[in-house]
Amino acid sequence: MRPLFGFIAGALFGAGLFISGMTDTAKVQGWLDVFGDWDPTLAFVMGGAILPMAVAWAVARGRKPALGGRFPTPPEPRVGRNLIVGSVLFGAGWGLAGLCPGPSLASLSYGGAMHWVFVAAMIAGMIAAVPIRARMPATT
Amino acid sequence: MIEQDWIWGFAGGVLIGLGGAVYLLVNGRIMGASGILGGLVDGSELSTKWERLAFIAGTILAPVVLYPLYREVDTHITGNVAVVIVAGLLVGIGTRLANGCTSGHGVCGMSRLSLRGIAATVFYILAGGMTIVLFRHVLGVI
Repeated sequence: MRPLFGFIAGALFGAGLFISGMTDTAKVQGWLDVFGDWDPTLAFVMGGAILPMAVAWAVARGRKPALGGRFPTPPEPRVGRNLIVGSVLFGAGWGLAGLCPGPSLASLSYGGAMHWVFVAAMIAGMIAAVPIRARMPATT
Repeated sequence: MIEQDWIWGFAGGVLIGLGGAVYLLVNGRIMGASGILGGLVDGSELSTKWERLAFIAGTILAPVVLYPLYREVDTHITGNVAVVIVAGLLVGIGTRLANGCTSGHGVCGMSRLSLRGIAATVFYILAGGMTIVLFRHVLGVI
């Protein structure tokens, strides 16, 4: 059951990324390009996604997940060095190519060879991050 | 027409949020693309590998079904392979150091008013904006 609902969640995520235009690197770079031809679409995507998600967090309060286990612990209040350094590095890569992890997966089937190159490099980066993560916990 | 893009953006966003709601309320997990993939490729979260693999399969396969309904879909990705590799490495390292990306920190974190989610989102947007200024408007490489 867990993989089934994982698949359903992933399919909703992938469908949403596809129809919202967020797998189009020009739209993402256009949103970041405040001094150029600014494209506000990403703000509508983020707003549309936050609404059902905020309802979900409210529903989760005082309950347990449908398939058992526990909900994630309340958000960690500390903004650490790793969070800031990591987000700056991520943002730089996001701006350079116009792709973040979700859309890079959603566009694999039709985006062409460059998307496979991106995902391969991203996975290499994720593995390269292991020793750095081990030295600096995420909240420090 | 750009306004129509906003409507599709909002509709797609709602689907993304529904995906996150299912993953939270049913599986009890935060829907973050970098965490779901990262925990698999670095071997740190293999006890939940099947729901992670299934999530990734759904993300990749849903557009396969939708693609034929669209007349043309262009991702406009750069043809500069060096830029793509550097960008991919930065996204991979950065999201794992920060423990999240646009979906985990942006959608799931901000929707529960997580300070870390909001801070991460501010920093990756600022860094992305400055990257565009530098590499597009100053250096002209992207």
